[in-house]
Formats: sequence, C-alpha cells, structure tokens
Amino acid sequence: MRVNFTVNGRPQEADDVWEGESLLYVLRERLGLPGSKNACEQGECGSCTVRLDGVPVCSCLVAAGQAEGRDVVTVEGLADFAKQRAEGGCASGACGTTLQDAQQWKAKGTDSQTGEGTELSPIQQAFIDAGAVQCGFCTPGLLVASDELLERNPNPSDADIREALSGNLCRCTGYEKIMDAVRLAAARQSEEV
Amino acid sequence: MPTNGAPTKITQGSQTKGGIGESTLRPDGTLKVTGEFAYSSDMWHEDMLWGQILRSTVAHAEIVSIDISEALAMAGVYAVLTYDDLPTEVKNYGLEIQDTPVLAHGKVRHHGEPVALVAADHPETARRAAAKIKVDYRELPVITDEASATAPDAILVHENRDDHHAGHVPHPNIVHRQPIIRGNVEEARKRADVIVEGEYTFGMQDQAFLGPESGLAVPEEDGGVHLYVATQWLHSDLKQIAPVLGLPEEKVRMTLSGVGGAFGGREDLSMQIHACLLALRTGKPVKIVYNRFESFFGHVHRHPAKLYYEHGATKDGKLTHMKCKIVLDGGAYASASPAVVGNASSLSVGPYVVDDVDIEAIALYSNNPPCGAMRGFGAVQACFAYEAQMDKLAKKLGMDPVEFRQLNAMEQGTIMPTGQPVDSPAPVAELLRRVKAMPMPPERQWESSEGADVRQLPGGLSNTTHGENVVRGVGIAVGIKNVGFSEGFDDYSTAKVRMEVIGGEPVVTVHTAMAEVGQGGVTVHAQIARTELGVTQVTIHPADTQVGSAGSTSASRQTYVTGGAVKNTCELVREKVLEIGRRKFGSYHPAWATAELLLEGGKVVTDGGEVLGDLADVLEGEVVEIEEEWRHRPTEAFDLRTGQGNGHVQYSFAAHRAVVEVDTELGLVKVIELACAQDVGKALNPLSVVGQIQGGTTQGLGVAVMEEIIVDPKTAKVRNPSFTDYLIPTILDTPTIPVDVLELADDHAPYGLRGIGEAPTLSSTPAVLAAIRNATGLELNRTPVRPEHLTGTA
Repeated sequence: MRVNFTVNGRPQEADDVWEGESLLYVLRERLGLPGSKNACEQGECGSCTVRLDGVPVCSCLVAAGQAEGRDVVTVEGLADFAKQRAEGGCASGACGTTLQDAQQWKAKGTDSQTGEGTELSPIQQAFIDAGAVQCGFCTPGLLVASDELLERNPNPSDADIREALSGNLCRCTGYEKIMDAVRLAAARQSEEV
Repeated sequence: MPTNGAPTKITQGSQTKGGIGESTLRPDGTLKVTGEFAYSSDMWHEDMLWGQILRSTVAHAEIVSIDISEALAMAGVYAVLTYDDLPTEVKNYGLEIQDTPVLAHGKVRHHGEPVALVAADHPETARRAAAKIKVDYRELPVITDEASATAPDAILVHENRDDHHAGHVPHPNIVHRQPIIRGNVEEARKRADVIVEGEYTFGMQDQAFLGPESGLAVPEEDGGVHLYVATQWLHSDLKQIAPVLGLPEEKVRMTLSGVGGAFGGREDLSMQIHACLLALRTGKPVKIVYNRFESFFGHVHRHPAKLYYEHGATKDGKLTHMKCKIVLDGGAYASASPAVVGNASSLSVGPYVVDDVDIEAIALYSNNPPCGAMRGFGAVQACFAYEAQMDKLAKKLGMDPVEFRQLNAMEQGTIMPTGQPVDSPAPVAELLRRVKAMPMPPERQWESSEGADVRQLPGGLSNTTHGENVVRGVGIAVGIKNVGFSEGFDDYSTAKVRMEVIGGEPVVTVHTAMAEVGQGGVTVHAQIARTELGVTQVTIHPADTQVGSAGSTSASRQTYVTGGAVKNTCELVREKVLEIGRRKFGSYHPAWATAELLLEGGKVVTDGGEVLGDLADVLEGEVVEIEEEWRHRPTEAFDLRTGQGNGHVQYSFAAHRAVVEVDTELGLVKVIELACAQDVGKALNPLSVVGQIQGGTTQGLGVAVMEEIIVDPKTAKVRNPSFTDYLIPTILDTPTIPVDVLELADDHAPYGLRGIGEAPTLSSTPAVLAAIRNATGLELNRTPVRPEHLTGTA
C-alpha cells in the first residue's frame, strides 16, 4: 500500500508498504530517518517515541497506515520544531502544539557528518551539557518525551519528570543525569522568559 | 617502545584546555541528540537483504531432520542455510573454548540455539520463511543445576571435551574449577567465637542493553566481506569469524558501528558470522537486527549462582576464617565462564583481611541459557553473599555493621587469598565512613504537613498506600572488583596517533580499535591527546581493524589500557615533534637542548614556562604518525590446586548506602536513595565518572528487586524474554544517587587512574538487600527480592 503523511513538516510518501509494517519501520527503513530507535519493538522502552499529531506515541505500536494524513515529529526534526514553537509567540513554551501549528512548520535538512554547528533545541543541548547521553540509544525517545513534558509543564517537579519519563528505559545513566538535563532545560527556559 | 607496565609519568598542571581532569563533553553528543549517530541497526545499503535466524524451540534435543524446501521456495527468499552449508572445517567459535556451533549440528543444547539462517528481501518475509523450516527434534533430558550436572549417570552437555580445562575438572559437566587455599581453616575455626553460615541464590541477570544485536555485512570484490557491527572487541570477533568463513583475517574488514550499550553482552559473537555467511552466499549486503525477544536468546547472561559461605569471628570482631563454595551456572556453552570462575574465587573474600580461607568456585555446563560476561563478572555474585555474611556476623556479635566491616577492612599492603599483595591504595574503611556520613533523606514524609506525593511511596501511582504499613530500612555494603584482564592474559592495547598542521593549526588524530559502547572512551582519548600534545583540535578516527587491537571494552579496562596506549603513543609522538623542533630551531635558543620541554596550548614550552615556539611552526611540512602497543603490568595464572598467583592488575572499590521503604503488607519496595562512595584514582572526566557510577549502581538495584531471567527448571526454557516480563529499572524505580568520588592515585596506572565501570554494580545490590532486611527483619538469602518473599506467600 501507499502511505502519505507529514514528517517534520515535510510531506512524505512511502510505497510498497506491507500492511503489517509499523510507523517506526517506515520511518527508519523507508524514509531514511533512523533517529527513532528500535530497542524493544514492543512498546515497553520508549526509544521510538515520536509525536503523532502532537501526542507522544511509541511509533513501534502505530501501524504505518494509521499515520495516513497525519503529522509526525521525530528527533530529527525536534530542533526546528522547538524553534518554531518558541517563535510562535508562546513565551512560556507551555501552550502546547495545536494540530494546525503542527502542520505548518518545516524542519531544515541536515547533512552534517559531525553535527558541528547544528542548531539544537534547548532539551537537546541540556542532554549534552548535563551528561545525560552515554550510549545514546534511549536519547531520541527521551528527548521527544522531555520536550513534550516541558511544553505542557515548564516547571515540573522531580516527581512530575519521573512520571512523564517513566515509559522511557535507559540502561546506561541511572537516570540522574537525565533528571539534571530536564531540570537544566526547564531552568534555562524560565530564565529566557 | 612498548612500556611493559612501567609506572607512567603523571603530567602535572597542563595548560591545555580540554585536557584530563575536565568534564569535557562527548564528541558524539550532538550526533546522538539529533538522531544522526549511526548505530548498527541503522545501517542501510542499496539492494540489501534481511537475515533471520531460526532458533531451537527446545533446550536439549537431537535434531532428527531439517526440511528447508518450503522456506526456500518462498518468493523473496534468497538463501536458507544450515550446518551443511558451512564452508570450512571450522564450524565452532568461542571466546576461550571453541565449543559454540555457528549453526546446530545434530543437537541443540539450549533454548534459542541457532539452527538455520534465512536471507530475504523484507524482514517479514525472512521471519515467515524461517517459520516454514521444519525441524524434527528428539528431546533429551535437561541438565539444569549442580545436582543434575554432576550426577553419576548425568548426560554430558559436551562429549569428548579436549579443551585445556577438561583435564583438571572433577566432572565433564564442569567447565572450570578454581580452588584457593591459604592458611588453615580447620585451625582458625577453633579461634572463632561465632560462626555464621549462609546459602545464597543469585538470579540470572540480563545486560538488557537497549541497542539490539545488529549489523550489516557487505560482500567485497576481492571475495572478502566488510562487517559493520556493534561489539565490545573488534579483533576478538575477527579471530572467531574469519576461520568459519574460510577467509584470511585481512579479507574480513570490520568497522565499529554505533553501539547501543554492551555491559558484557557483546563480548561473545551474536549475528556476526551469520550475516557474513548470508552475504557471501547471496553476493548481497545482508542486515540482521534482533528484536527484543531474540535479543534475550542472542547473548549470554550473568551467571546465576548458588553460594555457600561460612565465616568465623572472634568476640572482639576479627574475622578468623572463611570457607565458601560458589556454583555458577554457565549454561550450554563456555563463553567467559572460566574467567568468571577465576574472578568469583579470587574475590570471594571481599575487601576484607582473612588469612585462613578454603575457597572453591566452579562453573557448570547445563542446558540453561549460556552465561558469560556481565558488568562485575563473577565479583557481583560473591559480593551479594559475603556482604550478607558480614551483616549476619555483626548482628551476632552485637556490633555496628559498618564498624565491624571497618575493623576487618583490607588496606594497602593486605595479602589477598591468592597471595597477591594489594600494592595501591585500598580505602575500604574510608569509603564506608564516607557513605555512612552522607546526609539522610527525610523520613516519614507522609506525616509532614505537605503529606506524601504518592509517586514517592511504594506502589507509586497504583495508589496502594499513603504511608500505612510502610517501614524504612538502611543498609550498607562495600565490594572489590579487579580491573583489566587477569590470570596471565596478554592484555594490551594499540594506539595510532598522527600529528600535523591543518589550516595553520596543529591537529591530532587518534586511531584505536576501542569499542565506544557509551562509556565515553572517545571523550577521554581526546582529553589525553590534548594534555600530552598541547593541542585543542583532536579527531577520533572511527574504530576498525585497520589498526592493532585495543582489547575489550570490558573489565573496567579501557581508560586504563587503551587510555594508557593513547598516552604512551602521544609521548612518543611528542618526542618526535621535539626532535623536529630541535632540528629546525635548536640553534636559536639553548633551552631546546637543555630544558625539559612540554607541549602546551599549541606551543613548545620549557618546564619553567618559557615559550620556545609554536607547534604549528615546528610541524609545518611534517607529519608525525606512530602506532604502538602498550601493556599494563603482567599478571600470573592462579595455581590450579592452591589458587596462588599474582593474578590481578588492579583493584577497584565502591561502597553503597541504600535507604528503602517497604510496604510490608504488599511486599512492595521503594528505594528512596542509593548513595555511593568510590575511589577512582584520578577522574579523567568527572562528569563521565559520576555517570558510570550512577549507571552501574542502577544495574545493581535492578538485580536487587526486579531483574531475573526465569528459566523453567523442568524444560530449561526461558519464560520471560521481553521487557514486559523482564523488568529493568525505570526512572520511577530509580532513586537519587548521590556520589562521593575519592581520588587516591595508583602509581602503577596512567595518571594514577583506577578502572571504575564495574565496582558500583557490586555493592549496590547487597546494600539494597541489607536495607530491606533492616526494614523487614527477614533473612532474604536470594536476589532479586520479589513481593512474595516479603509477604511470606512465596
């Protein structure tokens, strides 16, 4: 079958999709967007978390066909997504993303080999600065989930952070630096206001 | 000039930014947060096929027949391979003992053993084709524990063993046995006022790295193959892969892909040979990616263990003797079992002074899943048991458990049960003091005016308690881990360092085969190069087999050994650079010949701080490139009868204090805080050091309260191969982990550093167990602890 949907603001078309393929598979193997990760492929680890019409979902549990006509944000588009949101007049960053907004923005292409000079979203920068990245396999899903948390709750308590990220497994860090990263991003965000 | 374990000079007071001791950020950080970092499962190639492995559905059986015809006839299927398709006489592989079949031959020895391979144009086609292969099994009785393995009429897991342990083991179903005898336990026991015995069970833990086993094999025009893969040791893989493919090693090129964690689980081969076989057969690139279900079968686990301990002590609290037997279940294939036995036996006494010991450790062959390396490697199981013993002894003596430990703590100069003196700082008593002195988290929050946030109570959002039946407990534990490969292994690393001027700037390229698995070795290599060569710009070349071996990313060894190799090669490069400087500019300033010279901040300076010139000028028109091996101090094998020998390179120590709250009615445990104090010798990157300690601590927490692969004792089949049923700690299960880092230099090691990755995984588990015992008053001789063990409903 053919599936048409929007990924990071760009219309995408995937052909010859077998009906059993997940959104995760189509992103990774058909659209060249392997940033969303395949740690468990059973909805337990959160490494494949993307926004589907603004809602965080495990893309491994979404059939590709369910994405037809909808809007997907992956880690590859997170920096531009966050920038667009910040420029969208929502000073607190806590205004959520309406479906209309979600469909109006577009991620820039990146082709850097080293990532140098890449513009990052606040949460991405905070993950690097706080040492929240080790092997990095959980990172894309945690970034999408953390970004969504800070979008709706700019000043989360520790318990709020833990609750919001409880669907994302990390095996390397013991989560302490991830807590630090979310706190750091929240603090930087409130300084800007 | 390789330096065989000579004490290395410590560079003081580097003026170069981003050198050792700073918390520089990961060079791969940006790629990892933008989703552009290429992990092994992200590999893609035009025209590639997908490989799928058919695994045995039973644990122990003869294979009567395999029928691949239906699978082969499916549209989209390019190849189906079985044992009969293996191209050479070499059909087995293994880390130490080559006992593991690439594909099963006539027999399967554990649930999930690879039987056949499929390559197809879509992963689902490959899966469906694999399901159409008909394998007829004739089931055999299963060996599942020590009793069934060593029974007089026990069926042999491996017949006709000819490995180098076969001659000294008491039974062919025992992989390796290592006794350690020192002093006289019978005599020492007479001095004991109290004796404590215990029998402990340690469950089977999974590494549960998040990046699944995966890679891409690309056939090459010269008949060879290029394998992009996630592994812990490229050169070890290469040595095992090439003979099975019938290729010389130079025709098997290996490049490290992004590795999504490892923790020991990537020491053994997984999909490497299978992908290469399919690629060479079909002439097309072949990608294999395990899903989580398969990953539970696709790598070895931590050895489950039974541990029998006896300790004695005088009434004033001095240990008199220790006798123990540690039975590790190695499962169907040897993997790293012999080395795990060596660790378990030699570290079984813990970080304590005990002169009279009688120790025995064995690993079994069984039909359970194969077990091998996991973070902590034999020392973890022992620590769980000896720390429980310490608490029992302290209780029986009426002493404070920390004071009792401190009274018996080893220190620099202590002789290990192996006869090896501990010749660098061993601050065991100090670590216990520090961890005990840390401030305690507030108590009984639910009685405070704000009340409790239910998310911070046992049961969490299940809303099972608001403080009723919740009791607090505190436990402390300490452990000892060896660093580096032990027992006489030639544990070297290679580093190639290139220095040149690019765009007017001095630039260094560091090339090693070190597997970056997340630990941050690439960060540290760049820091070392900056410190030693005084440059800012350092490029880390991708790890591959075009440079000599860097050894394994395991045993807490990479910063020590490959870091040591990078340091050593940098020193050689520096000498060469200074030679060039003397040749070019020596006549302009006498200090070129007379002073000790350093490279700092892009300049050549004297040890007095006088600047002699710019590195860019010295290197103009020159390229200095050196590749060199480096070795730590040699070690010795343990004597097979007495266990005596200077077997270890270095020791690493950590202590934990766990604070838990237990809902005694429901048996639910909430770990409130898990504080750690660890000696790291020298923190080359403090941020990464703390990250390693917190990560290791959390894996220890996991096996204390939730993580266990359940194997059916009747069928030896794995019952919970998924993240739904095998639970690892989430961010809600994990408490705050305050870390106190001590830096006491080991003069034998580069920069005085100590390998740190594993020690925190040891003491974390017994500290949590001690805290739960403290809260509940229960004995709890097994880990992980489940609710039924706390409610008496087990």
